[in-house]
Amino acid sequence: MLEVEKPVLTGSHFMNGDNACAEGALAAGCRFFAGYPITPATEVTERMSERLPLVGGVYIQMEDEIASMIAILGASWAGKRSMTATSGPGFSLMMENMGLGIMIETPCVLVNVQRGGPSTGLPTLVGQGDMMQARWGSHGPYEIIALCPSSPQEMFDLTIKAFNLSEEFRTPVLVMADEVVGHMSEKVVIPSPEKIKIHPRLKTKEKPEKYLPFKPNKNLVPPMANAGEGYHIHITGLTHDEKGYPVINAKTQQKLVKRLLDKIRLNRDKIIILEEDNVEGADVVVVSYGISARTAVLPIQQARKEGTKVGLLRLVTVWPFPEERIKALAKKVKAIVVPELNQGQISLVVERCAAGNAKVISVPHMGGETHDPKEILAAIKQAVKK
Amino acid sequence: MTEEQIALNHPMDAYLREDRIPHIWCSGCGLGTCLNTFLHALVKSKIDMKKTSIVSGIGCTGRVAGYVKLDSFHTTHGRPIPFATGLKLANPKLKVIVFSGDGDLISIGGNHFIHAARRNVDLTVICVNNFTYGMTGGQGGPTTPITARSATTPFGNFEFPFNLAYLAAGSGAVYVARWTMLDVRRLENSILHALNKKGFTFVEIISPCPTLYGRMNKLGNGLKMIKDYQKNTIINHKVDLKDAALGMDGKIVVGNFVDIQRPTFTEVLYDHIAKPQPNKKEDIPKEERKKIEHHA
Ligand code: SF4
Repeated sequence: MLEVEKPVLTGSHFMNGDNACAEGALAAGCRFFAGYPITPATEVTERMSERLPLVGGVYIQMEDEIASMIAILGASWAGKRSMTATSGPGFSLMMENMGLGIMIETPCVLVNVQRGGPSTGLPTLVGQGDMMQARWGSHGPYEIIALCPSSPQEMFDLTIKAFNLSEEFRTPVLVMADEVVGHMSEKVVIPSPEKIKIHPRLKTKEKPEKYLPFKPNKNLVPPMANAGEGYHIHITGLTHDEKGYPVINAKTQQKLVKRLLDKIRLNRDKIIILEEDNVEGADVVVVSYGISARTAVLPIQQARKEGTKVGLLRLVTVWPFPEERIKALAKKVKAIVVPELNQGQISLVVERCAAGNAKVISVPHMGGETHDPKEILAAIKQAVKK
Repeated sequence: MTEEQIALNHPMDAYLREDRIPHIWCSGCGLGTCLNTFLHALVKSKIDMKKTSIVSGIGCTGRVAGYVKLDSFHTTHGRPIPFATGLKLANPKLKVIVFSGDGDLISIGGNHFIHAARRNVDLTVICVNNFTYGMTGGQGGPTTPITARSATTPFGNFEFPFNLAYLAAGSGAVYVARWTMLDVRRLENSILHALNKKGFTFVEIISPCPTLYGRMNKLGNGLKMIKDYQKNTIINHKVDLKDAALGMDGKIVVGNFVDIQRPTFTEVLYDHIAKPQPNKKEDIPKEERKKIEHHA
């Protein structure tokens, strides 16, 4: 491997979100990228193709997104931090091996720069319609970690965060961006390498004879051995015991899959990041994420000027969902307003958590552009009226 | 050795996961012999077993990875090649072997197969071709010969099948061989050669599935099917591969068909980066280019 360029471009930059995402990956130590061109995520792929070979990494353009997703699993088992980036149609193709990654507990990062759907939909225009697909799109029961950046700076920061979470919990982590955040250019500050926190891979200290690749630690995460380290690991997408051997019965399924779910569910406090602005004492709280949370800032300011007590709760982590926080919030506020560029996917979850304690007003949008701030303002006004 | 010992030990025990035996394969199936022959070649190759991974997809052959005491990866249906590609490119020091069936590698995984061959990723791909989907109950697939019966071709198959050796060669594999599982000596030599050769090497093994393909086509039990291989096999290393298709007449042209040199994906990548880049705004400085050239 050769290293003729710096992996971390310390300094202030003016760059778009996709490029910031690629730089975040490199700063997090990503040295393998497999991808397939797709608007509006192509810039991530292009930047990786240019940067990776010169910082000691490997870039490969695969034949499709199915291959891209599973190639990054292979690379991760070889000990490299690995990533792929895509958008709606490619995300659909990746569902199969995202499931394998969850089942065989493989750290890796999958970026979805969301566009308008369904199908080919609006390749160049924004959407947030894949939020439920992220949660339920692969078959069978699973839990997923998904982060939603709202700016190019966060494309950088949260991509690093995604890599760290993937190593800490041994699971694929999603960066659920959107076309606007991916394509907008803003100031991105890249810190010096020693200021970037890297969560190392959790490696086993056991001898090969004693090692059980799926025996969890107290965090419910099993320490790993990579391929080529003499452990003769056995890895299968079939339901397996702690040895990694297939055992096809209900008891093993219960034990394994419950742990896979619990390692995310029971560690949710360590995973969930929320950003709250004037939520305490508010009558109305806007709950949103990604670009929609930014669109909400202006109408919130306007409503405050008009005398309404409005807070903003931004979901930096959408999955696992901050159920407790929303439950508690619903008991204190009159209404929760949820603007998002889909037909109310996260709004439904908020409604379930609010459990009738507060009114939940969805502000849906079909995608193709961001909300008109007036729509959100109208929803806030409607919320305080009744 | 007493008879009892013969029953308790297998010469390849050291390379098998004994705790996963008995295997799931039917009696009379050719897969045991395919695996055994592969293990003999692997041992002879002197490859460092600690640095060797074996990757399978789904199916009867897909179970191979799980029986071998290497780093074993039993992946999703059709995807062992791209998984192996990631594994190999991320750590070029690993030896990576793909061992899977015709349905897995050529039908659902067909796109991955041709692209990995085209790129000449440094992988050894062993494909057991039994002309059917065994695991799911004997359905037809892209290797099922015309007129053959299967669970999904009750009137006889009418789709034109792939000739795997021809496909591999046309896609850019640097080594292509085909043998039946009966010819263990030649097969072993071929696998050994494939393991030791750089680049995308491909060995197709014709193997009986008496339980399904054999029964549905009245080909007899496993032994009868293998005896027919003996009668019908034609060794022709120089055959024009388009004439080496497999049909219901049972004729099987075998041989070491292709053995060429071509730089691998990794070699091409670094060699290419090392060259001056006329379209790039900033060219890579000379000294650094030298470093890259050295690497390539
Ligand atoms: S179904 Fe066919 S291929 Fe599968 S184990 Fe039985 S005989 Fe072998």
